[in-house]
Order: sequence, then C-alpha cells, then structure tokens
Amino acid sequence: MGQSKLDLLQGTLDVMVLQTLEVLGPLHGYGIARRIEQVSGNQVLLNQGTIYASLVRLQQRGWITAKWGTSDNNRKAKFYSITKLGQKQLMKDTAYWQRLAGVMGRVLSMHGEGGEQ
Amino acid sequence: MISFREILNRVRALFRSEQLDRDVKEEMASHIEMAVEENLRRGMSAEEARRQALVRFGGVQQAIERHRESRNLPWIDVLRQDLRFTLRMLRRDVGFAVVAVLILALGIGANVAVFSVVNTILLRPLPFRDPQQLVRIVEKDPKAGESSKTYTADATQDFQQQNHSFQSVSGYFAFTGPDNYKLVGNGQPTPATGILVAEGFFQTLGMEPSLGRLFIREEFVQHAQPVALLSYPFWKRRLAGDRSIIGNTINLNNTSVTVIGVLPETFDFGAVFSPGAKVDLFVPYIMDDFRDDGNDLALVARLKKGVTLARAQSETDQLLPQLYFEHKHPEYGKGYTGQLTGLKEYVSGKLRRSLIVLWCAVGLILLIVCVNLSNLLLARAAARSKEFAMRRALGAGRARLVRQLLTESLVLAGASAVLGLTLAYAILSYLAHQGSLALPLLAMVRVDGTVLEWTLLIAIAAAVLFGAAPGLRMSSGNLQEVLKDSGHGLSEGRKHDRLRSTLVITEIALACVLLVGAGLLLRSFLRVLDIDLGFEASHAAAISVDYDDGGNAAKRTAIWQEVTNRSLTIPGVESVGISDNLPMSRNRSWGIAAKGEKKLDNQDFLPIFVYIVSPGYLKAMGMRLIEGRDLTWTDLSSDRAVVILNQSVARKLWPGQDPMGRTAVAGGSDAEVIGVIADVRETGAEDNPGAQMYLPANKLWGPEGCYLVVRSKLPPATLAASVMRTLRDMNRGQPATEFKPIQTLVDHATSPRRFFVILVGTFACLGLLLASLGIYGVISYSVTKQTQEIGIRMALGASQSLVQLDVIWKTLRLALIGVAVGMIASLALSRLIASLLFETAPSDPLTFVGMVTLLGAVALLAGYLPARRASKIDPMVALRTN
Repeated sequence: MGQSKLDLLQGTLDVMVLQTLEVLGPLHGYGIARRIEQVSGNQVLLNQGTIYASLVRLQQRGWITAKWGTSDNNRKAKFYSITKLGQKQLMKDTAYWQRLAGVMGRVLSMHGEGGEQ
Repeated sequence: MISFREILNRVRALFRSEQLDRDVKEEMASHIEMAVEENLRRGMSAEEARRQALVRFGGVQQAIERHRESRNLPWIDVLRQDLRFTLRMLRRDVGFAVVAVLILALGIGANVAVFSVVNTILLRPLPFRDPQQLVRIVEKDPKAGESSKTYTADATQDFQQQNHSFQSVSGYFAFTGPDNYKLVGNGQPTPATGILVAEGFFQTLGMEPSLGRLFIREEFVQHAQPVALLSYPFWKRRLAGDRSIIGNTINLNNTSVTVIGVLPETFDFGAVFSPGAKVDLFVPYIMDDFRDDGNDLALVARLKKGVTLARAQSETDQLLPQLYFEHKHPEYGKGYTGQLTGLKEYVSGKLRRSLIVLWCAVGLILLIVCVNLSNLLLARAAARSKEFAMRRALGAGRARLVRQLLTESLVLAGASAVLGLTLAYAILSYLAHQGSLALPLLAMVRVDGTVLEWTLLIAIAAAVLFGAAPGLRMSSGNLQEVLKDSGHGLSEGRKHDRLRSTLVITEIALACVLLVGAGLLLRSFLRVLDIDLGFEASHAAAISVDYDDGGNAAKRTAIWQEVTNRSLTIPGVESVGISDNLPMSRNRSWGIAAKGEKKLDNQDFLPIFVYIVSPGYLKAMGMRLIEGRDLTWTDLSSDRAVVILNQSVARKLWPGQDPMGRTAVAGGSDAEVIGVIADVRETGAEDNPGAQMYLPANKLWGPEGCYLVVRSKLPPATLAASVMRTLRDMNRGQPATEFKPIQTLVDHATSPRRFFVILVGTFACLGLLLASLGIYGVISYSVTKQTQEIGIRMALGASQSLVQLDVIWKTLRLALIGVAVGMIASLALSRLIASLLFETAPSDPLTFVGMVTLLGAVALLAGYLPARRASKIDPMVALRTN
C-alpha cells in the first residue's frame, strides 16, 4: 500500500455510516468503523473516534436511533439503527454522490481537443 | 440548513451534557476494548494490541471534544467557557466587582424607574377600550380655568343629539371638592369623595364593571331611586370587599343609596382626569337637576370608527357655536367653541417636555456611569495586560479576547440590571403611592414587559459601551513589548493615560451639563416658591365641617357663628374663618360686571372665581386687605349685599378709579364693594392670578360646602383632636374628615415641579459624585504609577508642596477642559428646557457660575487627596521598592 490514505470529504462519513447501517442493520460504533475500513479496503484515513461525532449528529437529525445492548462477546455497547427518515436521506445522498462521481469521472477523463493519449 | 429538530436536540443536549459525556466515554471505552480483543485474536501481544487500538481510535479526548462540538450549539459552549472564566476573574477581584455592579445598578435603576414613568405617562395607551378614539372637548380659549373647559347640561344634550362624528358623548361634573360625601355606617361617619357622571360615561370609556352593572338610562331622571357605583379600592377598604353589597344600600349624606356595582381595579378616575385625587364612588349626573347651574360638565367623547379627529373637529366647529347656553334663557346667547384633543394627549401632553428632559438626564447618568466603568476596566486592563498578551501568544485570536472581555462586561451589566430592577421596583412602588403628587397616571406606574425589555436593552448597550474601549485596547498592542515589560516602567502607558484622561474629561463635561440643567430647574423652583400666593399657607389648616341647617340661611349663620366662636376658644387658635372653597383645590366661576348706566348683556360679565365666606376667613387665610373692611356677621344676615374683590378684578372693572362703595353685579345680584384684597393665586402657583370675589353666605348666596380654616402657631396634628372634639360637641354626625394644613394644597399644586426638580437634582448629584470618583481614580492611579518618579524628583530636591501642586495642576487641567466643554454644551442645550423654566433665563449667569464653582471645588477635592498622598511619598521607600 504505497499510496497515502484518502482524506474524507466533508459529509462523506455520514453517508458511509447510513449506508452501513442500511445494509447491515443495527451495529455498534466499533462495528461501523471496522466495516467502513474493510469495505474501503483500508483506503480511508479514518480515526475511529471521529465516528462518534458523526453518530451523534445523525441521531440529532433523527436519521438513526441508538439503544444500549450487548455485543457478541458480551460487552455493553450502543447499537445504532437507521430510521425511516434516515433511509429517505440515504436515498437522496446516494443519488447525489453517484451523480457527483459520474460528473467527476467525466470531467477528469476529458481529453484535449483533437488530441490523443 | 440546520433543521428545527436538530436545534431542539442540540439545545436539549446542552442540559444533558454530563449524561451525554458519560455515555460517550463508556461507549468509546467499550469500542477500544473491542478493538483490543480483535487485535489479540489476530495474534498481537497484549501491549501491541492496546497500542494499535488506541492509534486507530486516534485520541480519546479529541473524539470527545468533537462529539461535544457536533452535538452542542458551539457558541454557547464558548460562552459557557467565557462565563466560567469571568466568574473566576470577578471572584478574584470582589472589590472591583462590587463597586462596578453598584455603580451600574444605580445607573440602570434610575433609568428603568424613569422609563417606567415615561412609559406610563407618555407611551402606554390609556387603560380603556380603543383609547385612540377617545377625545376631550374643551373651549378653545379657556379664560377662566375649569369653568370655561366645561359645558352646560343643555348644550351637552344638544351636542349629543346633533353630532354625527361621535359614537357617544358624555362627561362628568367638574367641580367636585374632596370629601363631598359622608358615609354613615355603624360607627363614626367617614368622608368620601363622589363624582357625578353623565349618562353613558363608563360606556364611552368602554369599561365593564368588575361586579354588578353600570348605570342605566332610568337612573338619570329626576327622583329616580338613588344609586352609586363604587371604586374598587373604596369597596375593598371601606366595605371589606363584601360582594353581597351589590343591590344593598349604603347611607350617603343620610340618604339610602343602592350600590349597583363595583368598577374594575384598573380604573383610577383620579389618575386620568384629576391627578392626585382619590375618588371613592360615582353617582348619576341628572341633567334636569343642573339646568340652571351653568357650565359644569367636562366632556369626553368617543369618535365613530373611521372618523378622523380633523373631521370631528370641523363638525364641532360648525355645531357648537350654534348651541344655546341654556334653553330656558335664550337671551344668555350662544357661542361655544370646542377644541378636540385626544384624551391621552390631553392628560399627558403638557408633561411631554418635562419627561423627555428627565429621560435625557437619566440617560446622561448612564453615560457617566459607563464612562466611569470604562475607566475602572481600563485600570484593570493595565494590570491584566500581561495575562492577555500571554493568551494571545498562546494563540487566542483578537476576536476571542474581545469576546471574553465583552462577556465580562455583560456579566457585570447583567448583575447590575437585576439589582437595578429591584431598585427601580422599590422607587416605583413608592411613587405609585404618592397621592400628593399631581401627576396624571402615576398611580398606574408599574414594571411591565416593556420595562423589562428596556432594562435588557440598556444593560446590553451599557455593557458594550463600557466594555468596548478596554476590550479594543487590551487586544491590540505589541505583545512582545508587554511581555518583556516589567510593568512598572516610567514611560509605560502614556497612551493609556491619554485615553483615561479623555474619559474623565467626558465625564466632567456630562456632569456639568446635568448640574447646569438641575441648577436652572432648581432656581425656577425656588422662584415658584417665592411667589406671593396672596395668602399665608403656613400655620393654617382647614377641615370640612358637616351641619344640617335645613336649607335655612338664618339657621346656617347661627351654626357658622357658633362653630367660629367655639373654635376660637380652643387654646392656641389665633383666628378662624369659614369658606365653602379653598384656593388651589376646586374650580368654580360665576360672572361679575360693573353696574353702570347701560343695560348689561352677557359679554360684559367677566368670569370670576367665587368664595362664599364668613367674617374672619380672610384673616385666617392670611390674605391682605388693601382697602376697606372685612365682612361682619351683620353682612350675613342683612339684606344689603356686599362683596370683597381682589385687586386685579377691581382694576379691570373700574380702571383708574376707586372701587370702594361702587356697585357690582355679582352672582346675579347687585352688591356693594366693601373691600379689596391683594391678588390670590387660586388655581396654581405659576398661573396668573385671575379674578376672585368673596361673598357673604347669606340668603342670596348659599355655600357649597363648608371648610373651617384655623390659624394657629401650633402644628395642625396637635390641634386636630381638639378641633374635632369641638365639632363633634356641636354635631354628632361630623365625619372624621382630615384636618389638613393649607400648605398641603400649595405643595400639591407645586408637586409636579418639585417632582422634576428632586429627580433631576438627584441625578445631578449622582453625576457629580461619579465624576469626582472618576477624577479621583485617574489621578490616584497616576500617582501610584509615578511613585518612583516622584521619589526621584523628591530625592533631587523637589519640595512637598511642589509635588502636591503638580498633581493638583494635573487635576485642574482635566477639570477645566471638562468644564469648558460642558459649559458650551450646556449653553446649547439649556435653550431646549427654556419652556420648563420659571422666570429664569436659560443662560442664567448665577446658575452657571454656581455650578462651575461647585464642579471645580469637587474636582479639586478629588485631586487633593491623591496629591497629599504624593507629597507624603518617602523618596527612600519609593526608590527601594521595585
């Protein structure tokens, strides 16, 4: 892994958390963080601690809810799950990021006029 | 962007901060444990597993901070930090905090109190339904006091029927004296004040009774069952708030009167229509009883919806001149005029200027307070400059520091506002119960929402004002220098000094303006007190006397004579007299003309104030007979009518001739002039003396009321009991009326002016005190700072007096500049209060010189104390320290 890790763009972490919860169901903070690291192929520069700021923000917006529970290995942990409102938001965000990614892809693969590779 | 739900959640999070912190810490701990476990499973050593877990987590404290940041409203968090820090700072310097809060509380308290008065009298609408529709109708050119501000029953009725501009027109009987009824109960009869109101009076004002009902039409016809409406305080106090009184009777002047209702607590007739008067009950004004009595209704009307004042005025201008004074006597003619004035404007318009001056004065006080605090804070700033430089060096931004300082001033202002509000509340409760103050609406003054808003506003404005200068100063400047500086350099803070001096000069100038204003008002007030009232108010007192003469003049004279004779036997009594009216308390005017060859018509009669009196009244009141003689008891029983006039009217009726022995047509009869007295101010100290006549109480002229005036060197309180005993001996029904010093009548009449003088004077003294504190502070501070320098100079041979002179000169320079600026400002501003002055020029030299001297003397004193300290500096000690 010679490359340096990707810096997270503003707001992307929130989407990742929502998507993770949408796909995997209720999960605790550690689980979410690990999952995002795994899925991103460890390319994301993520201080796991920052996930909690994101989680409280999403909670306050009413997109996720939290409940104390017990983890697989019997540890007390807070489990987060996505709400209806969160799902709606996720759909919006997904569409937005896909559009943005598409546009960025097109822009960056633009060739000079009449030029060649 | 940020949704309402989110704000709500964030605010909620503020209050659950600790719980949330605990939660997230626990969550993070468990997070790290899970990571450690996973790492162990992967085969790391215990130590490496934990290290890796922590690395991946990335700083627990930062994570918590970020958690807080994203869940809270960030500025509140900073504010909380600032507040905590501020409280710590203030606790460390309690002396400063207490002084600052006290000074500012005085300023804010005074401002809030004055604002409440302004709000009550000028800004707040009257407590009636749609008060903007209410108007007062008075003659356009009122020549003879209250009488020409009123209308006859006939004219009122015509106007009610013929106008198209008003929903309703009503009024009240304008010539009621205090204590005109006696309430007879189980015990001794007590006096009460009742006002006669015309039909629809309360409906016009838009009032509902709090109990029972209002008057109905049937109660305004002659020989109707007598009924009364009670004022709320009267019902509470005298009838113990008994609800069953409605529909039952009370005994008023030995007549059974049915109580039909109680008016709401918020209604204070006196406050609106007759400042300072306390009205207990209301009875119907039955027009048919008053057809022959001339002008006696004060009119209040309610405009129809959509009718402007101008339109109503133009209709009134057409209508009123057409109306006859009296239907029965068309030969009396017609020719009323009517000026419509909004009721609110009528009640408080005259006070507008005084109140605005008061408002400005109190605003000046606040400015002085702010300047003073600014100075105090600057002195602190000098002491704290290192602390701030350090904080800047550690990375605090300039804005952050200013914010910190502003928080400090806001906390000070907040504490002061609370204290000031308490102070204002105390002042207002005191004012509201000053019945002797003839200011309208004052009884309704209170702290309400508007007042609270105003308090908040001035507290914040003050905080910004006094916090800004030190804030900007402190956050600027070269930090390296400050950090290097040992803090006691000789040249340190020249700029600082200049700023502080400027502030002190401002303070002196502001105080100077206040002092000059107060001085001018005070001088006017003294001039008013100096006015020759035409009677001697001191050493005389009056009491309302009750008797039953059965309408027989001879019997009445006998009673009066007995009252007089018996009263004269009371030890200490010098002279006594009886009148049906007292100066400065009630209005009543009749007509008078000189009898000559030609037949008199209405135009020839001068309106004249009438007193129906007994022999000895003039002497008891201390009025001065210029010519002729006083009345005798024979005049009261004789058929030959006589009259005593005042100088003004005698001159008007017989210019350049001797009035003695001439015949006047007075009160409808021919009367011989037997005496002329010096003019008496009958309506108020500042009004010009009008026309007055004194008639004997005889068959022709029945008195309306009876006041026994007693002149004695003894204080009225000592005399009251024996006077009452004497009266009770003669008449067991004599109500417990008050034995009132005549001086209270004068005081009542001059009370608005005294009110303003006392307030403005207090503010000026406060300003002077604050300014002297400011001077003292600055000079004292500079002496402390220059201790070493002074020490060196003294060591080099400077004498004590030289050092002292030097400091005093410094003070004087500040004072002189301040006074010069203040004088110029005063000269410009005093013209604005010219209309409030009485026989005093706005540039009155005596006042100006006096105030400059006062200010200079106080400044010198404030400078002298530090100067003395400077001269006592021991060079050895001064040089050794530091």
